[in-house]
Amino acid sequence: MNPEIAKSGYWAQAQRASVERLHIRLESLVVLLVLSGVMAMLSPFFLSFSNFLNILLATSTIGVLAIAATFVIGSGGLDLSLGSVMGLAGVVGASVAVNLGAPAPIGLLACILAGAAAGYINGQLITRAMVPAFIVTLGMLGLARGLALVISEGRVIYGLPPVMVYVGQGRPLGIPMPVIIFLATAVIAHCVLGYTKFGRHTLAIGDSEAAARAAGIRVERQRRILYTLSGALAGLAGMLFMARINSGDPTAGLNYELTAITAAIIGGTNLFGGRGSILGTMIGALIMGVLQNGLNLLAVQSYYQQMAIGAVLILAVFIDQYQLRKESRV
Amino acid sequence: MTLLALSGIRKGFGAVAVLHGVDFVVEAGEVVGLVGDNGAGKSTLMKIITGIYRADSGTIAFGAQDIAPLDPGARRQLGIEMIYQDLSLARQQDVSSNIFLGREPTRKLFGLFPGFIDKAEMDRRAAVMIERLGAHLPSINRSVGSFSGGQQQTVAIARALTFNPKLVIMDEPTAALAVREVQSVLELIRRLKREGIAVILISHRLNDVLSVTDRIVVLRHGRADANLVTAKTNMNEVVSRIVGGGDASAAAAHEQGG
Repeated sequence: MNPEIAKSGYWAQAQRASVERLHIRLESLVVLLVLSGVMAMLSPFFLSFSNFLNILLATSTIGVLAIAATFVIGSGGLDLSLGSVMGLAGVVGASVAVNLGAPAPIGLLACILAGAAAGYINGQLITRAMVPAFIVTLGMLGLARGLALVISEGRVIYGLPPVMVYVGQGRPLGIPMPVIIFLATAVIAHCVLGYTKFGRHTLAIGDSEAAARAAGIRVERQRRILYTLSGALAGLAGMLFMARINSGDPTAGLNYELTAITAAIIGGTNLFGGRGSILGTMIGALIMGVLQNGLNLLAVQSYYQQMAIGAVLILAVFIDQYQLRKESRV
Repeated sequence: MTLLALSGIRKGFGAVAVLHGVDFVVEAGEVVGLVGDNGAGKSTLMKIITGIYRADSGTIAFGAQDIAPLDPGARRQLGIEMIYQDLSLARQQDVSSNIFLGREPTRKLFGLFPGFIDKAEMDRRAAVMIERLGAHLPSINRSVGSFSGGQQQTVAIARALTFNPKLVIMDEPTAALAVREVQSVLELIRRLKREGIAVILISHRLNDVLSVTDRIVVLRHGRADANLVTAKTNMNEVVSRIVGGGDASAAAAHEQGG
């Protein structure tokens, strides 16, 4: 046996094995279990199947955004416009269906296309105009939100056709539609990121852009696809949210990028790219969901929830950096 | 048979001209040393061969094919491999992911969905390649960043040799290695030559260059200043061609001593 491995403790071994095989961080799983245990003790309603579905339903929107964040951050990029693009997508979809009278499927498709268009613009500006991703997506955060308010004239768009509402409120076999769509998206994303060329190249670019370039990977093209994909997923999240609340709300998704990026980071995505898994991100998203659900059950004001999420993000990155420093010192 | 032929290569970055019309030829199965002072344009020239940079003017042919319009991926397909000084490894990925980066074998999942990476096949072939190089790695499933410098070098070399290259470019492969490891890299270069693979060796260690190459090209101020047959030259001549007269004898004496 390699002496280097023999020396390190059991936790370090388990950690290394989980990071390298399952690509998840063990700490996040422990945090999820402990958090669930605490919530179960504090609230008698927590441990029930209906509350479990509630958590998944509340997590579905954030979960889809967190998948987008995992791809982009894993590639060494950043998408701060997720929440705003989600809001824009919902307004566009509702507007197409209600104001233009288009059939429901067109309205649903419009959400995803609007998101993809915003993401496509992000990708073009980042790779061709060479503006840093941080600035481009921060600008898009303002642009998309403003456009959503312009299109909706600052009002919530009501009166969606029933088929669209079904996507948000239908319950085939008792399982909410958003949960089904969210889990299906997660399974596909997991396969793509973990087991396809596209996914492996995404992480390779985030790991070392020079290595990826030398290996013949078309880095700029891949980045453009990634930002477009991120926008499309934000559009999907916007579609789910719009259908669930049965209206196009221009303020939907406000600050959601904070929660989504936090979920991806505590799920083990390296803030600087090169490492990430959808499985880990799902655990991260569930931590966010359980935290919000539990605080709701305990009737904690939502203002405190925002504070909790912000603190968790900083704490997660701190732990990550601390471990990296410790490893490099050994 | 001429494998690689560059002619009249010019390249500048903004106002700074780095290469002023370089002619450079590599025969099939030949080991060519490329030497020159810092800033002579060695790395730029190599990146033009691999396709990372585009030349401003000049022609570049590989075999009978004009490869100027091809991107780095296409040139690797033709058999041009480069081992970079910084190794260009994706440090958070494992051994086989690095070796096969950009060229992963794929299969259909459940015989239906195409494009899935055949990780088992990658690991198997990676293990065979590492074995062939006679190297020892702690585990091929660990991220490359956790390896020592020599072990990382092994992965970079394995990556270059896995796809039956015709030309391997090595940029300072021995600069960061321990003495024993240097010998194994030099032995590897000799083995590549026996297998008919051409090698371009960029190195500041002139003893290494003189011991394994057939020919030495000296790059000076962005021009191929000298083309020396290794068997008919010596340290003094190489050094004086690199520094261009002046303090040549003192520099040569220093190199000989070291």
